[in-house]
Amino acid sequence: MAIIERPTPTAAITLRAPVTPAQSMGIVRRPVTSTGWKSWVFTVDHKKIGIMYGVFAMFFFIVGGVEALLIRLQLATPDGKVLSADLYNQMFTMHATTMIFLFAMPMAAAFANYFLPLQLGARDVAFPRLNALGLWLLVAGGLILNASWFLGGAADGGWFMYSPNSGPVFSPSNGVDFWTLGVQIAGFGSLIGSINLIVTILNMRAPGMTLMKMPVFCWMILVVQFLLVFSLPVITVALVLLTFQRSFGATFFDVAQGADPLLWQHLFWIFGHPEVYVLILPAFGIITEVLPTFSRKPLFGYPFVVFSGASIGLVGFGVWSHHMFATGLGPISVAAFSIATMAIAIPTGVKIFNWTLTMWGGKIWYSTAMKFSIGLIVLFTIGGLSGVTHAVAPSDTQQTDTYYIVAHFHYVLFGGMVFGLFSGFYYWWPKVFGKMLNEKLGGWNFWLMVIGMNMTFGPMHILGLQGQPRRMYVWTEARAGEGLFNFGFWNKIASLGSLILTIGILFFLINIVYTARKGKIAPLDPWDARTLEWITTSPPKEHNFDRIPVVHHLDDFFHRKYQEDATTGELVQIATGEQLVRAEEANADAHIHLPSPSYWPIAIAVGVGTLGFGVVYGVPIMIVGVLMILGSSFGFVLEPSVAQDIDYDPPASGGQDTKELAPLG
Amino acid sequence: MAMWLFLGSECLLFGGLISTYMLYRGRITQGPRPSQIFDIPFTSVSSFVLLMSSLTMVLAVTSTQRRDYERSKLWLTVTALLGATFVGGQVYEFTAFYNEGLGFTTNLFSSSFYTLTGFHGVHVTVGVIMLMALRGIISKNRDTGDRAEVVELIGLYWHFVDIVWIIIFTLVYLIPA
Repeated sequence: MAIIERPTPTAAITLRAPVTPAQSMGIVRRPVTSTGWKSWVFTVDHKKIGIMYGVFAMFFFIVGGVEALLIRLQLATPDGKVLSADLYNQMFTMHATTMIFLFAMPMAAAFANYFLPLQLGARDVAFPRLNALGLWLLVAGGLILNASWFLGGAADGGWFMYSPNSGPVFSPSNGVDFWTLGVQIAGFGSLIGSINLIVTILNMRAPGMTLMKMPVFCWMILVVQFLLVFSLPVITVALVLLTFQRSFGATFFDVAQGADPLLWQHLFWIFGHPEVYVLILPAFGIITEVLPTFSRKPLFGYPFVVFSGASIGLVGFGVWSHHMFATGLGPISVAAFSIATMAIAIPTGVKIFNWTLTMWGGKIWYSTAMKFSIGLIVLFTIGGLSGVTHAVAPSDTQQTDTYYIVAHFHYVLFGGMVFGLFSGFYYWWPKVFGKMLNEKLGGWNFWLMVIGMNMTFGPMHILGLQGQPRRMYVWTEARAGEGLFNFGFWNKIASLGSLILTIGILFFLINIVYTARKGKIAPLDPWDARTLEWITTSPPKEHNFDRIPVVHHLDDFFHRKYQEDATTGELVQIATGEQLVRAEEANADAHIHLPSPSYWPIAIAVGVGTLGFGVVYGVPIMIVGVLMILGSSFGFVLEPSVAQDIDYDPPASGGQDTKELAPLG
Repeated sequence: MAMWLFLGSECLLFGGLISTYMLYRGRITQGPRPSQIFDIPFTSVSSFVLLMSSLTMVLAVTSTQRRDYERSKLWLTVTALLGATFVGGQVYEFTAFYNEGLGFTTNLFSSSFYTLTGFHGVHVTVGVIMLMALRGIISKNRDTGDRAEVVELIGLYWHFVDIVWIIIFTLVYLIPA
């Protein structure tokens, strides 16, 4: 890694092959290898980090899915015996926590990390080592969260963890302690990641790419990162208060001392509602890339899509109390939050119209990626409509804590976010791995997921309006109701649906294995795509671009391929994607400097994890953790961004020591 | 840029803590009242020390911009020492309060008071560590980009922590509950 020197433009890229890394810092050797497991663990390459985020998220998607299946198994019949009440509480808590913090956010981070620099025409993110730190903090958080299963039971207070219910009196196991610490650490990781990505977007765009020539995916990621930067500190406060309460005997949520039980709810939802948009906007961004590509039309109303995304982000901060209508906030607050919540449907509606009109009159290519995008539009709209019914406070009072709510947020999160991410998998798989996912298996994957998802979550609307409460571990035959609205029938359908959904997702996993073994090698521009990530090889080279592209248009890659004929006004192809990539290779830059790998990000994360365990298991472990963090932070700060010549053996012959990619690290 | 964003995020962190404190400041069921234990002159002096450290930080930034690294090392050390004095004062103050019967777990006021001021103290401590690291970078002559910019960034953080203290000092100590 580090320094890529090319004596002549046509020569192959030569990496300095390090034989023995030399001493650095006088304490440890600096990693400089570019192959083997070390090149992954110590990497600062945004592409490798992105893939690791993806693998991590996929693993926890399966874990969370198994938890959901157990829940559905328990509810399939009256008085289910699969799980005990206590285990059921742990199950739904960890299902939600896993899916939100360990699948959805990391998977969005995977896409953002991998494609943001590629779409912006940059060689890496602004702070590569901080990027790695974000990833490893997330892993530490995920491990701490799930360690609780083996150390006396997982958290059982719901993902919202309302206090005082989550206090030591009602939740005596260590589960909640692990939960607060795990979420805290993972949240710290995403805070670092989001600062990094904002700086990347604002400072590292290719020459000529103004903000309004930036792909919509980057815009949505930008909005999401701002949401994270300003909402995560609030949950941090809440989590700190709860940790202090549980571990050090503070009194924040002790009602006997006069504490206010609404404090937690406010702090949580000031974070929790922006979080909802943190989850959905990346998916919106992905399908906004996919829809124009497969409709072979430019996006309809680019500025509208961008600004509606931004306004969703803005208004998203002013609606948190709609989660608390049932707590008796008083008519004025309820009315204000109710109106704000309805208002947020407007920019969302704008987006849906824009997507639909993008497809209108286009030559639509029904690839799997496109199917998932269309699936998102339809299913998200259903979920969005039921969402508007909660915005009406009187109606919400009826629906609060019933399965109707469960139906709503699964339509927007599963039908919306997960479908968007799957669309992204099929669209970008050839870019990341150089092989095409099988379209036939993809079709099975899509249709089984659509059927399964509607069978699972559709009936929950009926169940909820009939009054089946959320989070109850059993329902009884005696209160199941009759005829069409019988609980038994619809619960069975829902459980059956979850099985079909599982089979659909299995098809995706089969597809991955099949593609890895026998998949077709992807052409350089398989989808006739529009944005800059396709102007390099698949998978991209370590340095992304042979030459930093100069941007003149929105969808610059498309404009390089097609031009309007002056006389007829029709689009004429002037070059293929393949030719463009080859042209870039032929004119490659001679000097490319990349930041070197580093031990310190993962070292800091291990220290933070140790500190976390220390909070639960006693002060000595805490002290060890703090010392580890301090030591590795000093290492982090004092380390130069690029490995020095002496880090190589034989010593590298120099080259300009530029810092263009890692100014401050 | 990243530092500005981080500080924006920190504003909300302290916003949350201060709101919690404001909500709970009057809720005292047992233990001494704040007016009985606060030693306003003492805290004023330590606040003055912290504010003076902002001045020395500015001096450090300007001398780094003039490439007068000996001076900037000196001012960074002075800033770190002033910060450490402030933290020391806070530790002394906490000990005194504790001896007067205001434990962390005594009541809602004490929990939120210690959490808020403690968090600020931790921020000052982290700031002191960063100042020392910065001094290390300059004296080791390591090439980590534009030095004046790094000093300025740490300076931003330092001024932010000071400003937060002005708010906390006013709300917690000066305005009676």
